Amino acid sequence: MSARARTILFVVAGAGLLAVLLVGLGALPPFGHFRGALGHAVMARELGARHATDYVTALNFDLRAFDTIGEEAILFAAVTGVVMLMRHMREEDQSQRRRRAEDHRFQGASEALRVQALLMVVLIVAFGIYLDLHGSLTPGGGFQAGVVLSAGPAVVMLAGRYLTLRRVAPDWVIEAFESGGAAGFVLIGIGGLIFGDAFLQNFLPYGTPDQLLSAGTMPLVSIAVGLEVTGGLLLIFSEFLDQSLLSTTEGQ
Amino acid sequence: MSFLPFAAAAWLFVVGLWGVVTSNHLVRTVICLGVVQASTYLVLLGVGYRHGAKAPIVADVSPHARLVDPVVQVLVLTDIVIEATVAALLLALVVQAHRRFGSVDPARLRALRH
Repeated sequence: MSARARTILFVVAGAGLLAVLLVGLGALPPFGHFRGALGHAVMARELGARHATDYVTALNFDLRAFDTIGEEAILFAAVTGVVMLMRHMREEDQSQRRRRAEDHRFQGASEALRVQALLMVVLIVAFGIYLDLHGSLTPGGGFQAGVVLSAGPAVVMLAGRYLTLRRVAPDWVIEAFESGGAAGFVLIGIGGLIFGDAFLQNFLPYGTPDQLLSAGTMPLVSIAVGLEVTGGLLLIFSEFLDQSLLSTTEGQ
Repeated sequence: MSFLPFAAAAWLFVVGLWGVVTSNHLVRTVICLGVVQASTYLVLLGVGYRHGAKAPIVADVSPHARLVDPVVQVLVLTDIVIEATVAALLLALVVQAHRRFGSVDPARLRALRH
């Protein structure tokens, strides 16, 4: 199909789709007047008893934890897919290319930038750990903390210390983070089966609200998810960076 | 005015699709898919919003205060995680396509012709 025919087809179909969407969304309760029974019931009956002050985390890591395991599985599968695709492409004569990639340095990375990066890493990692541990108290939790934590090593990569980082945190360490996090979540779920009645049931004491050690298994789940997201994102970053380093050294 | 968030969501959905259809660069296609997904965040958050309500964090708010529905917010969180990982997978496919066909223009991918 020519680009022109495709555009005309889309203008017609897109206008129809927009009309259907507007009519459909127009039948929703007006903005700001939501009276969803589910959220209300959950807040009144379930969440308060769990002693977590962040209801979003309480839903995510406790009431909806089974869904969250599915979400983690998608994350795991997608990361595995990225790694497989990227490694499949570089099967040929990898060691020689990697040696050439060792010499690669970003041209613009000055000493000041590197010192700055080191400073940033400390702050970013500290903030990430804080977010992870306080997931059930304040906005945060494993997913957000994982993104923040993986940004720390990413700063090192951007400052041109990529290969130093590969020596400090080689692939197997990152992979252990990722699979350890995924396994940890499932183990906590099995703990619910052993010490409670159901898979993923909260089996630890709820503690005092507003304390770091409260809300039962939620902080543990948060740590497991944080590990997995950190590992998964770092694997994605390092695969893409490997690829770009190899293609730049190939070009030279 | 009360319909504006939903209208914006519908608009984002169609505009993102427009980008996917007319794209001449695969990275752009992936980004446009992200725009399509952003419309679902708007719909979900718009559905759960209540006038004058506070965020569902009861650290310094009474649990009996008027709160925004946390259920849809959790759905948005799930949505964002999935979007990010799918984007990474698609970008890996783009790299693969560039390796194989030497181009990132969807019209030039030989395997997709005919």
